[in-house]
Amino acid sequence: MLSVSNLSCVRGERRLFSGLRFDLAPGEWLHVQGENGAGKTTLLRALVGLSPPADGDIRWRGESIRRLGEDYRREMLYLGHYGAVKEELTPLENLQLAAALDGRNLDDREAIATLHRFGLKGREELPVRFLSAGQKRRVLLARLVTRQAVLWVLDEPFTALDVKAVDMLSALISEHLAGGGLAILTSHQTMPIAGGRAIKL
Amino acid sequence: MSALLAIVRRDLLLAMRRKSEVLTALFFFIIVVSLFPLGIGPEPQLLKKIAPGVLWVAALLATMLSLNRLFATDHADGTLEQLVLSPTPLGLLVAGKIAAHWLTSGLPLVLLAPVLGLQFDLEASALGVLVGALLLGTPLLSLIGAIGAALTLGVRGGGVLLSLLVLPLYIPALIFGAGAVEAHISGLGAGGHLSLLAALLALAAFFAPWATTAALRIALE
Repeated sequence: MLSVSNLSCVRGERRLFSGLRFDLAPGEWLHVQGENGAGKTTLLRALVGLSPPADGDIRWRGESIRRLGEDYRREMLYLGHYGAVKEELTPLENLQLAAALDGRNLDDREAIATLHRFGLKGREELPVRFLSAGQKRRVLLARLVTRQAVLWVLDEPFTALDVKAVDMLSALISEHLAGGGLAILTSHQTMPIAGGRAIKL
Repeated sequence: MSALLAIVRRDLLLAMRRKSEVLTALFFFIIVVSLFPLGIGPEPQLLKKIAPGVLWVAALLATMLSLNRLFATDHADGTLEQLVLSPTPLGLLVAGKIAAHWLTSGLPLVLLAPVLGLQFDLEASALGVLVGALLLGTPLLSLIGAIGAALTLGVRGGGVLLSLLVLPLYIPALIFGAGAVEAHISGLGAGGHLSLLAALLALAAFFAPWATTAALRIALE
């Protein structure tokens, strides 16, 4: 589904990695490992199309992601370092507006059920700035469920999460993979998800 | 289309929750415009002469104040990345953001202008032309400003750079906008100026979202 060949990325004057290649089939996930500054985030940003790589080819279903454009972005969800939630809005508004911007209408029931699943019961109507860092992270991660993407690209998804949330997220990713999805994660932790492959930058 | 409405609704909702930012620009406009009659003194002829220029310059500066935050907050909290990666075309979302910017910073100026114009002894028909010119001109200010805001995104000291970049581009809007009111007062009729302003608006409405989109993509790389 996702195939990467001969990829190299340059940050400023420095070549972070070159000649990177891997293929990812449905149900597989990739663990991107490396020291701080090794280029994990740069790799992910290249894979989602935010910053073009210096060289190499990224293909989704056999087509270059540059050519696919919106068709690729519809099937892909990238959650980065940032919160990407609006502090002034409530979790419910954040989730529903994010869905609406992606062209999907998310009704109240489904949105609230998703927030409950992420342990935000009773906080649906509270502005996000009153939530803790971990809870903010959960609001963002709730998009994994509502967006229904095939490829998940997650940069340090376990940051700021407590033990219970880590288990829940791992289960969610396993479920996604079992349903034929793909995932690419960066993390410094070892992850309790089966069927993974690792590359080290 | 629903995505366009969604981003307008989101930005309006955010403006409602952060009222101070919108009100700051608005009060700035009121105060700057009111300082001139106080400083110059009660000379109706002179006031009438400078009124269009003063109101327009104040509108330009008030718009500048609110341009900084057009993309900066979305950039800082990572929502801009999500907008770029959304399956919805970025041009559409940018157009929605510009529309929301006009609704929160341009439209209030248009509504306030006739009240402030009274201080300059402008008659009713001149106030009407002023409102018409601002109605055509303020969306133009938001459209051109968005290009500048996108180009200076993430640049240190971007605020000053933004003014240096955008204010010269506002000159045509200023000339035709203030000119429309002056032409009307002198009895020449404002039609020509307003037509030119409308033409500029049509041109900017077509090109500005596209240019802003390109600038945003570069800023995020």
